[in-house]
Amino acid sequence: MAESALLTINDLHIDVGSRPVIEGVSLSIAAGEMLGLVGESGCGKSVTALSIMRLLAEPPMKIVKGSIVFDGQDILDLDDRALEDLRGNQIAMIFQEPMTSLNPVFSIGNQIAEVVLLHRKVSRAEAEARAVELLTRVGIPSPQTALGRYPHQMSGGQRQRVMIAMALACEPKLLVADEPTTALDVTVQAQILDLLDDLRRETGMAVLLITHDLGVVSQYCDRVAVMYGGRVVEEASAAELFAHPRHRYTEALLRTIPASNPPGVELPAIPGQVPPPGRRPVGCTFHPRCHAMVAPCGTDMPALVGDAHLIRCWNPAA
Amino acid sequence: MSLLELRHLSKTYPGQNGAVVQAVSDVSLTIEPGEVLGVVGESGCGKSTLGRSLLRLIEPSGGEILFEGEDLMGLSQRAMKPRRRDLQIIFQDPFGSLNPRHTVGGIIGEPLVVHGVGTREERAARVAELLKLVGLPEDAGKRYPHEFSGGQRQRIAIARALALNPKLLVADEAVSALDVSIQSQIINLIADLQKRLNLSILFISHDLSVIRHVSDRIAVMYLGRIVEVGPAEEIMDAPKHPYTQALLSAIPRPGVERKQRIVLQGELPDPANPPSGCAFHTRCPKVMDICHSVRPELARPQASAVEAGSVSAVACHLYPAA
Repeated sequence: MAESALLTINDLHIDVGSRPVIEGVSLSIAAGEMLGLVGESGCGKSVTALSIMRLLAEPPMKIVKGSIVFDGQDILDLDDRALEDLRGNQIAMIFQEPMTSLNPVFSIGNQIAEVVLLHRKVSRAEAEARAVELLTRVGIPSPQTALGRYPHQMSGGQRQRVMIAMALACEPKLLVADEPTTALDVTVQAQILDLLDDLRRETGMAVLLITHDLGVVSQYCDRVAVMYGGRVVEEASAAELFAHPRHRYTEALLRTIPASNPPGVELPAIPGQVPPPGRRPVGCTFHPRCHAMVAPCGTDMPALVGDAHLIRCWNPAA
Repeated sequence: MSLLELRHLSKTYPGQNGAVVQAVSDVSLTIEPGEVLGVVGESGCGKSTLGRSLLRLIEPSGGEILFEGEDLMGLSQRAMKPRRRDLQIIFQDPFGSLNPRHTVGGIIGEPLVVHGVGTREERAARVAELLKLVGLPEDAGKRYPHEFSGGQRQRIAIARALALNPKLLVADEAVSALDVSIQSQIINLIADLQKRLNLSILFISHDLSVIRHVSDRIAVMYLGRIVEVGPAEEIMDAPKHPYTQALLSAIPRPGVERKQRIVLQGELPDPANPPSGCAFHTRCPKVMDICHSVRPELARPQASAVEAGSVSAVACHLYPAA
């Protein structure tokens, strides 16, 4: 996998002030692959995503260790100029809330054309033609008219389509999608995820899909990495992970969702809560909430081990 | 007698350029004592407006709200106040609905003060009892909301809502903002309290898998109207309205194949300018000519049109009314 990987994150450590938030994340993603990064709030999934774009608020955040190799180059070594060329051009990102990511005072056409003009040597007219092409591809009705519209004149689903159009403007090799459908209704969510799935199959673009929704991951991703407390605790193909979750956290998470349980019965709840950065326990971060604790769990952090199915657990499920 | 009966409840808002936005249109529903009625629909369908209208937190534009047989619509705000003891609500955002400058004990005890219940000592005892009821530590009463996590804050909101022993609780997206592992704790708490206190709950959510888990009956809303209502089991296992069918199949669930899904085209129409006939006809995969012009009424279908034992009511021309 390492040889064909488009992006390889290796042993990434990120601190906020003096508190570690990311404590050794390693991930890789191949061209055309959709990798799901799942976890609850505070587990570090969005921080990981932002670090790939080098969009962390530095300071207070600081990458203290590790590498992020994209297409043979360590992103952490790049200067601002090289980063400008990377962002929006080779790696693009979409966020949960498309309303705040779009500029309210510029038209849709203007904002998409801006991306094209920034990264390509084309005329204004060519950039607008490209904008129409992109809006057509993401399923915006009457794209020519849509160019002149403003973000507030569109629905949430349409705004997310516009964000995707902007992200696709320069045919990026990697799209980082951070909770792209969390703010949308389920019927619209299905449309947007289908669109992303079609696009990566068509263009060979890799997608890093960050979400808290296990159902979404199971239906769209090739591979899944589960994060807890700033680390990847389990990683496997989606089919394998959902059929045979082995880390006790993944197992508990899948069991606790209402969809896995008959109506009316008590849900098998996970006690306690996700420890915030700075208050993470020693040993395995999950051990205070785990029902299958054994001797080393409270003192030693297990390593992430395995071949195709990686787990970080002293006492994994069979 | 039903605990609550809504008759033709509606709420309109003035829109732009003299348009009228029908947020809730002609909703008739009942809730029995000890029953959980789930209300599901996408954003903008009017489910939150419905929840707030029936408490008169938003003044409805028309219809009747019969609570234990008494029409709340006819009551003055003053006459309404004692009734509010029986009707409580919890909201989605446990960060926005608790005053950051009050102690948790003050927040939970406030309804008791407002309604003049008990002496200071009795109220303190009641607060302690409520903290225990929702699974918060005893010393929580002296602390402030910011010291608590999202799940714990929702417990505080629940304790406050239960302070006056209400008969009906409106839970408006009460677990939607919570993390997966916390969501199940709060669902369990609400279900447990419902049984112990024989509460009636109007459980509003956009998440059908949560709704299915807690509800006895489910009402599905689309553009301000109920399009289908019936026992939870029947709605989930034998949905009739094409919108309910699409909504159910759109929920991504681990272990369920993506192939058999119905993916709807388009989005919720503008409630200021609703489509003619059936409001769903612009997105319906089974649309017929009549749907463009005639609005179907919510009714029990003819026995021949549905499976044996069906009791759901549905507003769809595919199912001729009995």
